Amino acid sequence: MKQNTEEQSKSENLASNGLVVRLGERQLVSVPDEALSPADEAIYNNIVVSTLNAVYNWGRRNSLWPVGMGLACCAIEFIGTQASRYDLARFGSEAVRPSPRQSDLMIVSGTVTKKMAPVLRRIYDQMAEPRYVIAMGACACSGGPFVGSYNVVMGVDEILPVDVYVPGCPPRPEALIEGIMAMQRKIDKQRVLLQYVRGDK
Amino acid sequence: MTAIRSLVSPRLDVKSLPQAISESIVRVVESDPPMIYVIPDRLVEVCRSLKETVGLEFDYLIDVTSADYLDQLEVVYHLHSVPRGHALTLKVELDREEASVPSVTGIWRGADFQEREVYDLMGITFTGHPNLKRILLYDEFVGHPLRKDFALPKEDISSQIG
Ligand code: SF4
Repeated sequence: MKQNTEEQSKSENLASNGLVVRLGERQLVSVPDEALSPADEAIYNNIVVSTLNAVYNWGRRNSLWPVGMGLACCAIEFIGTQASRYDLARFGSEAVRPSPRQSDLMIVSGTVTKKMAPVLRRIYDQMAEPRYVIAMGACACSGGPFVGSYNVVMGVDEILPVDVYVPGCPPRPEALIEGIMAMQRKIDKQRVLLQYVRGDK
Repeated sequence: MTAIRSLVSPRLDVKSLPQAISESIVRVVESDPPMIYVIPDRLVEVCRSLKETVGLEFDYLIDVTSADYLDQLEVVYHLHSVPRGHALTLKVELDREEASVPSVTGIWRGADFQEREVYDLMGITFTGHPNLKRILLYDEFVGHPLRKDFALPKEDISSQIG
């Protein structure tokens, strides 16, 4: 009983100094500096040790900005993946860029026609390195339903190097998210930083 | 229901077309909207009177398309009148070997891209078109793929199936 009142008065004391947010049973308190005990202080000033490559890759894989490359029906599914229900922002890839200069991932979502192929290649060439390509849907993987067509490229891998293939016609948003996660796992294994410091290719 | 329908889209009576048009008609097909076949050489005059005659006023060309019937080609024009609310399907029959028809871009500007598409995919020439070149396919493409006798070169197919 005594303890309870003590805690109450402590939190009231804190409330008078800082901001208290109540979340049901819990309280979030923003603590003014002078109220911190030496042990609390130590927690706040903690240091995490890691490798530079791990931190660098962690940042890269969680902010893969795709260039807008919706070429056919799969693009609708890509837009669905991005919107609130599937919320691609959870994976850091929601910022679709209209400019290849600002993006490092190309999600080819749709049918690549022979007329579009040179444009696609040019946009890919304009992206800053390191850059990645996801082939989304049967069309981008292999030509899909258009095998035997007069105007369809039989898979985007005929003109670009592809990192991840996502099959389906169209793939569901979950499948695309799985593809992006596969891309992230792949990036995690890379040692791009070292390559760039030493100027390797 | 009939009353409402006729309110929404009044039917055009083909028999009441002015003589300038009716003398160029090859035959009429009863359908909704009515369908008329016209002589290809008279197409521009017919279209102009369809657009300019008071009471007809076909000011809106919905689309231009084409069909391959193996013995002949057809170009199809779907017309609509915004002030009158009625519609008409206009067709011309063409010879497969020398498929050529006058362009109606001078009457409806909207025909421009549509005629290019028909030229690109079906190989029908529109004489008097300001810029008749391929629109959907790349310029180096050989042939017109929507023709029924179009076939991909053998090596193309085998390389696709791999
Ligand atoms: S894979 Fe299917 S859904 Fe995707 S672009 Fe091709 S046809 Fe459309």
